[in-house]
Amino acid sequence: MSMTFFIPQDTTALALGSDSVALTMASELKERGVEGGIIRNGSRGMFWLEPLLEVEIDGSRLGFGPVKSSDMPSILDSLNSRTKNTKSVNHPLFLGEVNEIDYLARQQRLTFNRAGVGDPLCIENYQRLSGFVGLTHAIKLKGQEIVDQIKDSGLRGRGGAAFPAGIKWQTVLDTVGEQKYIVCNADEGDSGTFADRLLMEADPYQLIEGMAIAGLAVGANQGYIYLRSEYPVAHKILNQAIEHATEAGFLGENICSSGSDFFLEVRLGAGAYICGEETSLLESLEGKRGMVRAKPPLPAIEGLFGKPTVVNNVLTLGAVASILEQGSKTYKDFGMGRSRGTLAVQLAGNVKRGGVIELAFGVTLREVVEGFGCGTYSGRPIRAIQMGGPLGAFLPESQWDTPLDYESFAAIKAMIGHGGIVVFDDTVDMAAQARFAMEFCAVESCGKCTPCRIGATRGVEVIDRIVQNEDRDNNLILLTDLCDTMEFGSLCAMGGMTPFPVRSALAYFAEDFGGESPREN
Amino acid sequence: MDKRTNIDQLIEQFKSLPGGLMPLLHAVKHDVGYIPDDSVEQIAKGFNLSRAEVHGVISFYHDFNTSPTGQHCVQICRAEACQSMGSRQIEAHAKKSLGIEYGETTKDGKVTLQPVYCLGNCACSPSIRIDDDIHARVSAASFDQLMAELRSPATTHAGGKK
Repeated sequence: MSMTFFIPQDTTALALGSDSVALTMASELKERGVEGGIIRNGSRGMFWLEPLLEVEIDGSRLGFGPVKSSDMPSILDSLNSRTKNTKSVNHPLFLGEVNEIDYLARQQRLTFNRAGVGDPLCIENYQRLSGFVGLTHAIKLKGQEIVDQIKDSGLRGRGGAAFPAGIKWQTVLDTVGEQKYIVCNADEGDSGTFADRLLMEADPYQLIEGMAIAGLAVGANQGYIYLRSEYPVAHKILNQAIEHATEAGFLGENICSSGSDFFLEVRLGAGAYICGEETSLLESLEGKRGMVRAKPPLPAIEGLFGKPTVVNNVLTLGAVASILEQGSKTYKDFGMGRSRGTLAVQLAGNVKRGGVIELAFGVTLREVVEGFGCGTYSGRPIRAIQMGGPLGAFLPESQWDTPLDYESFAAIKAMIGHGGIVVFDDTVDMAAQARFAMEFCAVESCGKCTPCRIGATRGVEVIDRIVQNEDRDNNLILLTDLCDTMEFGSLCAMGGMTPFPVRSALAYFAEDFGGESPREN
Repeated sequence: MDKRTNIDQLIEQFKSLPGGLMPLLHAVKHDVGYIPDDSVEQIAKGFNLSRAEVHGVISFYHDFNTSPTGQHCVQICRAEACQSMGSRQIEAHAKKSLGIEYGETTKDGKVTLQPVYCLGNCACSPSIRIDDDIHARVSAASFDQLMAELRSPATTHAGGKK
């Protein structure tokens, strides 16, 4: 009986001890003389089950989780004593066939369909699962035909701004220039988001493929992945993946004998949240302070080193690979309204079953948080949900039935952003969260524009005065006024959207801000 | 090899790379442990920049510390997902138990405490990072245990042993 064991090596699994699980498993196998290898796969994104041990046996992938090193002997015993050719194993951590776990089975995975299946660095495994098919298709097309496919798919930027990717690409294609660049924004700084990280750690070739396709489409021969330094595991995996892909001819000179070159390099950020803003990111890539640029000129026309540049998020470029593989129509058939395709929702914070959940746009926030998340980790009632990272609004229960669609969220002054959902239970102090939003903006502002640089510091002070009930009515007026100034006067979303969590906390959770009752007028 | 020659070699390696200043600063930090103040002039010369420009870049980014840190860097995630799982308490506990504030190093020179805004491990919060290892679902008790491992005299390797 031959068995293959899969033990994830993504950040979350490692943070929960998967290395020691793998070590123990290896020595147990040796001791028992069991035939079987260990593959360090990526995670499936069901982080509440990590470390998730999978066993390939008789054509099935059986799961156990969350496991500890000390569970290895009993798991091996249970596998030994199982009835042959059944999917049933008698062990308390046994989860059944992994693909049939409801959390995974109910998803519509286009971008994450390979995540966790095998060794993320094995090119053969990637190709066996339809990897590089999209690139092979793209090579036979003209640049304009590739751009048309992206336009037809309805794909919008997944970084948060939701700008149509095809239009951005068209601008770069149409701009005359000897040198053009593809830049991947992998500065995934929003709290509650980790889908970029999962894709880079569990299926890095998909990103590489998407970037190479983008290069062919607009005529760029150089790509950069701007990765945040907080992701050391992704850094290691990406560098190895680029090396392997170059050796295999998918990167470098004359990729896949197409006559086109595409070189790719990872560049590390250095802990500045603002560098997730595309113009700040470009400044940083150029080796400067990450100061936001005024637009126009658009990066598509004058981007990196002043050259036409496509700047796309990891998931946008990942989706490109599947659009070119399966066709734009397949992708477009998912979703609602102007939000086409799938959204990688990231369920985080105080939640029982957190992870990456890829679904077609249109499912409601409540369906995700209750249906997939199954309530809070603490077991207490949910009080507030912050969607879209630190610049996203706090949503009270009355708004949880909003469908996940860019326009529906914009209509309630909230945003989907990069798809992060952070759940808070009823112990949360919403005044403290509003204060933190301003404090974070003060720490991370690039300092270029006054409303953001000074406004955030003043915002912390005003919220403190309100909570202390000091000249309350006037300070509430001042805070509203300050929020207006930041929202309408800032150069980028950092200062422009920091008021969203502040205003929503004040509007829906006023009782946390001290005083007798919220100001009425 | 002294620090200065080492930095000179790194400058040589990165100065003609487009946007090479950031990779250079990372390399200096990796090799020396921090960006020495007296290397600013050297770097400026190598990159044909003004000292003000180089200083400006160094001071903009949280990662580029200009003085030595302790043997291990312990970062506590302060972002929202970790807050929802009690990171404010972990933060207070860490400062109290180590007897230091953010940016400071313990007396034994083992641990420098730093804030960080998101480690991308938000489904299993609260998270901390010890050097290049991330730890999930940290409690005050598990924090103390991790610190004890780091600070025991026998520990010489990089932190985060699980």
